[in-house]
Amino acid sequence: MKLKYLINAKIIDPSQELDIVGGLIIDEKGKIKAIGKEVNKSNIPSKAEVIDVEKNVLIPGLVDMKTFVGEPGYEYKENFRTLSQAALAGGVTSVVSMPNTKPVIDNVSMVDFIIRRGRDKAKINIFPCASLTKNMDGKSMTEFGLLSGKGIIGFTDVTRSVQNTEVMSRIMNYALDIGVLVIQHSEDYELAKNGLIHEGEISTRLGLTGIPSIAEKIIVERDLTLLEEYPCRYHINQISSRKSLEVIKKNKSNGKRFTVGVSVNNLSLNENDIGDFKTFLKVSPPLRSEKDRMSLVNGIKEGLIDVIVSDHKPEDEESKRLPFAQAATGAVGVETLLPLSLELYHNGSLKLKRIIEMLTVNPSKILKIKKGSLKKGFDADICIFDLNKPWVVKANDLKSKSKNTAIEGRKMQGKVLMTFLNGELVFNQK
Amino acid sequence: MAVIKTTSAIKNQPKHLLGIQNLSIQEAKNILNEAKTFIKLNRSNSKKLDVLRGKTQINLFFEPSTRTQSSFDLAGKRLGADVMTMNVVNSSLKKGETLIDTAMTLNAMHPDIIVIRHQDSGAPNLLSQKVNCAVINAGDGRREHPTQALLDALTIIDRKGKIEGLKIGICGDILHSRVARSNIYLMNMLGAEVNVIAPKTLMPKSIERLGAKSFTDMKKGLDSCDIVMMLRLQNERMQGSFLPSKREYYEYFGLTPEKLKYANKDALVMHPGPMNRGVEIDTKLADNINVSLVKEQVELGVAIRMACLKIYCKK
Repeated sequence: MKLKYLINAKIIDPSQELDIVGGLIIDEKGKIKAIGKEVNKSNIPSKAEVIDVEKNVLIPGLVDMKTFVGEPGYEYKENFRTLSQAALAGGVTSVVSMPNTKPVIDNVSMVDFIIRRGRDKAKINIFPCASLTKNMDGKSMTEFGLLSGKGIIGFTDVTRSVQNTEVMSRIMNYALDIGVLVIQHSEDYELAKNGLIHEGEISTRLGLTGIPSIAEKIIVERDLTLLEEYPCRYHINQISSRKSLEVIKKNKSNGKRFTVGVSVNNLSLNENDIGDFKTFLKVSPPLRSEKDRMSLVNGIKEGLIDVIVSDHKPEDEESKRLPFAQAATGAVGVETLLPLSLELYHNGSLKLKRIIEMLTVNPSKILKIKKGSLKKGFDADICIFDLNKPWVVKANDLKSKSKNTAIEGRKMQGKVLMTFLNGELVFNQK
Repeated sequence: MAVIKTTSAIKNQPKHLLGIQNLSIQEAKNILNEAKTFIKLNRSNSKKLDVLRGKTQINLFFEPSTRTQSSFDLAGKRLGADVMTMNVVNSSLKKGETLIDTAMTLNAMHPDIIVIRHQDSGAPNLLSQKVNCAVINAGDGRREHPTQALLDALTIIDRKGKIEGLKIGICGDILHSRVARSNIYLMNMLGAEVNVIAPKTLMPKSIERLGAKSFTDMKKGLDSCDIVMMLRLQNERMQGSFLPSKREYYEYFGLTPEKLKYANKDALVMHPGPMNRGVEIDTKLADNINVSLVKEQVELGVAIRMACLKIYCKK
């Protein structure tokens, strides 16, 4: 590989508090050799490859903490190849994959399979999660130690939360000892049973069973209480409501250590967008009220929320073209994660640096991976985007195998131009 | 969102009756006026018209129903339409065919109107996007039952002469009731005041936003009501721990002659049926022709459905 000079870029790297116009050098091994204002036109060696970024924004490749791959068992919805294409088109170079496949990733041989498939077929960094409990039944924990040894990054039952408090306390106690990351989907099963959308006026009007905000709050409160006894590495995958945020605030100000994620869907959409039974907006946790959405944005400002995820959940058309109650839950999103997040910058809700921080360095810190940063010596995983370019989301143009986007027809501002993985240009808009 | 969709192959989109929410006041009044003309016809010796001759009506019932289904059946036949009723319990839908596939199949038979009852809220909306005939909602999940509300309105007008200015109390399982929702919308639209009365566990969130005052006490809720609508309490509600027992429910929310006294002197009682005698309503009260409108509701139901079929049937 030739030495690469990326010059004339607006570089934002929150991991080293960098916000400059300058350049970046990628060495022959695909690592970052140097970064700074000093890297410019005047000092390029003749045999190096030069890319003029034309003042566009250059950031570390995004790290998406919640994606669904579909392998094994749901290859018709998504596979490693299609997920990679979608991710790279969205500037995402690392993803955490969810274990709710068929069969569930809950044992060592499944992990071998997924890592081998990922290595052979994926063109992005895959960090697989295994389930917290065997077959995600909420009863007995998986082999945290052995699975971590095989390369599992964290443990989660994805859209189910462990209901049994005794089991959860043992999971946290055991996880504390061996230092693994516990990722919880906070939702009380009984309170959310048969629930389809946020409980409120819209659910009453549409005649759909509601999911009350307290279903989330109860599990957040319970787990944070357990965390006092067993301070393991604990991450709340996605929160959706103001009520949970209040609990989080109280606990964070008490100095408790845990991290919190939010889906970009919950930051940009609310229950009203469901309109006339749009099944593509049936997601979990559900889209809640505008008040809840606003409080999530404020929660980010206050530093209560650490990461933004896409909650990428590909579903084929057949599973969505059904009455709302029968339709599958979830929306694709890895490709639109950055542009949709940028909406919060363009409408003045959040600072650009804060958004990028939540998409790069923060998830990397939680996962303890050497990603999400442009520091010298790191893999040159890079995303370059035009901050202002307008475009319209069209489902059929998306690279994902499934086209169930929740934001069909939405006008976006900001588009990914180039994505580098290990120093190689793997996506180029032009 | 300004999206131009070209996926729809449907030209000259027909109008559907999906819910009272989508109706204008004028449309609702048109249906009621049209229905009035059919009341007399239905009481006469010669009940058959030919306004829908040559038209095909398909009744697609995914939920068991006696009165609504037979009412639509009869209404279509009296207007001269060819009526086909699909018994979905035995059809391919139970073998995994989706609602949309069924819709496409039926659509290929060129019906002029489809009447659908479905256990899932929003199913008629989905169906209406996929067929090029009119769709009439005969009840979907807990969302809407527009023809029931319309027939209730017609019954009230028939007896009270008007709806405007009346106070209507709806009592029972509001949470699971599509009849309650449709009635709240329609009675508000026609100028009535609506109270809903239910135990807290059977009261949906933010019901006030739909246009009703909510009460948990029959005495307060029925105060100065002109109409008392009782709703059916489904037996399965006992299992979900919505209520402790039928006995306790009857004690507090069952309509008895004593509790009816909380309402106006000339108050009338309605029920969409089928009734659970001794659970939500006292059996003698249900049969008292001086106060109970249950039989009229069934009778005028046919007239309302005739009006809906006539108005919505593809020209």
